[in-house]
Amino acid sequence: MEIKKGIAVSPGISVARAFILDSEEYRIPLRYIDAKDIGKEITRYEDAIHLSVKELDNIRKRFARRLGEDAAPIVEAHMKMLQDEHVKAQVIENIKKNKYSPEYAISRVLRRYTKALYSAHDTFFTNRIQDINDIERRLLKNLLEERREELGDLKEPVILVAHDLSPTQTITLDRSKIKGFVTDVGGKTSHTAIIARMQGIPAVVGLNSISLDVSGGDTIIIDGNSGLVIIDPDEETIKKYSAMGKSYVVFEKKLIQELKGQPAVTKDGHKVTLFANVELPQEVPLALKYGAEGIGLFRTEFLYNTPQRAPTEREHFDVYKKIAVQSRDRQIVIRTMDLGADKIQVGGGNKEKNPFLGCRAIRFSLLNPDSFRTQLRAILRASEYGYISLMFPMISSLSELRDAKEILEDVKDKLTQDKIPFNQKLKVGIMIEVPSAAMIADLLIKEVDFFSIGTNDLIQYALAVDRGNECVASLYQPAHPAVLRLIKSVIDEGARHHKNVAMCGEMSGDWVYTILLLGLGLKTFSMSPIVIPEVKKIIRSVTMVEAKKISAKAMASQNAQETADFLKEYTSRIVPQFS
Amino acid sequence: MQLEKDVKITNKLGIHVRPASRIADTANKFKSKITFIKDGFEVNARSIIELLTLAAGQNTAIKIKSEGEDAEAALQAIVNLIESNFEEKNNGNKKRDRGFTGD
Repeated sequence: MEIKKGIAVSPGISVARAFILDSEEYRIPLRYIDAKDIGKEITRYEDAIHLSVKELDNIRKRFARRLGEDAAPIVEAHMKMLQDEHVKAQVIENIKKNKYSPEYAISRVLRRYTKALYSAHDTFFTNRIQDINDIERRLLKNLLEERREELGDLKEPVILVAHDLSPTQTITLDRSKIKGFVTDVGGKTSHTAIIARMQGIPAVVGLNSISLDVSGGDTIIIDGNSGLVIIDPDEETIKKYSAMGKSYVVFEKKLIQELKGQPAVTKDGHKVTLFANVELPQEVPLALKYGAEGIGLFRTEFLYNTPQRAPTEREHFDVYKKIAVQSRDRQIVIRTMDLGADKIQVGGGNKEKNPFLGCRAIRFSLLNPDSFRTQLRAILRASEYGYISLMFPMISSLSELRDAKEILEDVKDKLTQDKIPFNQKLKVGIMIEVPSAAMIADLLIKEVDFFSIGTNDLIQYALAVDRGNECVASLYQPAHPAVLRLIKSVIDEGARHHKNVAMCGEMSGDWVYTILLLGLGLKTFSMSPIVIPEVKKIIRSVTMVEAKKISAKAMASQNAQETADFLKEYTSRIVPQFS
Repeated sequence: MQLEKDVKITNKLGIHVRPASRIADTANKFKSKITFIKDGFEVNARSIIELLTLAAGQNTAIKIKSEGEDAEAALQAIVNLIESNFEEKNNGNKKRDRGFTGD
């Protein structure tokens, strides 16, 4: 049994066999064989080696000229690796002694080597993993020729383990058979995370080397609530997690049922608004089902998934109009493009040394006014069809905000000239996610209709911590006194000017901080749809008087960990389902 | 008979795929068991894949152990191969200052 900790990006608990998508591409169907078949299976393994070597030999002959002097020895080396007597002896021993199927035995033996290479510090050698994966793939392909199982027609539920999942891979998945996603890389906004949340499938990402640690067919447990993945669990652990998984599903269903149509109001009658963050238009119905009163953050980055060109006005407009119509009179806050130059080549992006401090979000938009205008025009036009608001990301100074608003006014003038209708009273807000913006909130608030605090970036920039970096991830603390002071001052400035302050970072959907934020006076919480019921439940279980007391205590604390522990403990006491 | 020798890998890319294959070929010609040891990590020299997992780049110190009736000849053959930089062209230490082309 081995326990790994990653980033929990989609809640829920599952126990199933691992399906490794990376080097295998197909699943190892059988782990054990009958004792009487040992001889037959060894022959099958040897046949697969011969066949694989023959294939490579053909490649070598056919492409001799094209491969050239340098590549031909590589093909020869692969042929020798396939025939490596030492490896062969180990595989055969595994078949004989452990009654492993040849597929599983190969996977186990070779995985040990890729793991050893993975820890080599020399990238030249870590790249050799590809050579080993290559021969593994060839061997497995030839072994499985007939019984090969495509990912598209899985017969039993699996937990998908991969280095990373590409959009095309996720398209071909039979999602009814996928009980969880586990990947080496990625974060909360990675493609895997989004798909998982949309489907309500647990997911843990950022596990570094999980795709090497697990062999296809291994039983694994995924806990998307805590970010744990357990490899080869014992019976007792399986039992425990299966029970937890069931009770989580029941708890979630009950919560949704219990809270359906109920407002997010404290016991002493203070109402707050719960919005959803949405990455894709398809998520809007899901958000409404979970009780979202609107969309507090509609991300538009998915529109920019063709790196060679910016989306057209039509492409923007069709999406915005559709969600406006779907949400009827509920508010939708559309955020303009929030990508960095590292993600988008439109306008010729240079490779940046430090993309998080580089040309991203509003900075990119201001430098590429044509594509920015296109997006603004589409948002304005769509504002005719529903309650749409507009939000600029990553504002760090007053002049940036003024520049962006100037372009917006230009676009409005042009629409008026063209006699194209739009909502003249369209509300304009900004994200507060750069510490400088938080500190000049008093200046910024006078020129906008609302703020939305983006805690992920605010924390990362304020504490100078990249939480994707293992060495410093523990320094990423939402309850750090500096972060709490920034948040409080932003909320206070909003209140002083009678303008709404929302929060759309992860912190607003994390139940640990719900009472604190409530007490600080946050009026609008925007979060991933699936956590809305939890947050609503907590809000309905406290009084504002209590929340104010708790937040005062948190503000006086000098230690982030103590604050988080205290908040967690207090919340679990008033809503015992949480712990 | 058992013999040992400390050597340094001098060719530019270290024991990568082709050198590993040359070493394994040579080791397979002898009856003796030949082991490569790097920082206490031992691998069988008959196995290309095991040799690769040593991740022995340029200037890595390796201990070679040879055990068996033809231990001496086997050890000598392997050492010669390493000292010749695996007969790779323009790949040795001497040519290094002509510019490192990288991968």
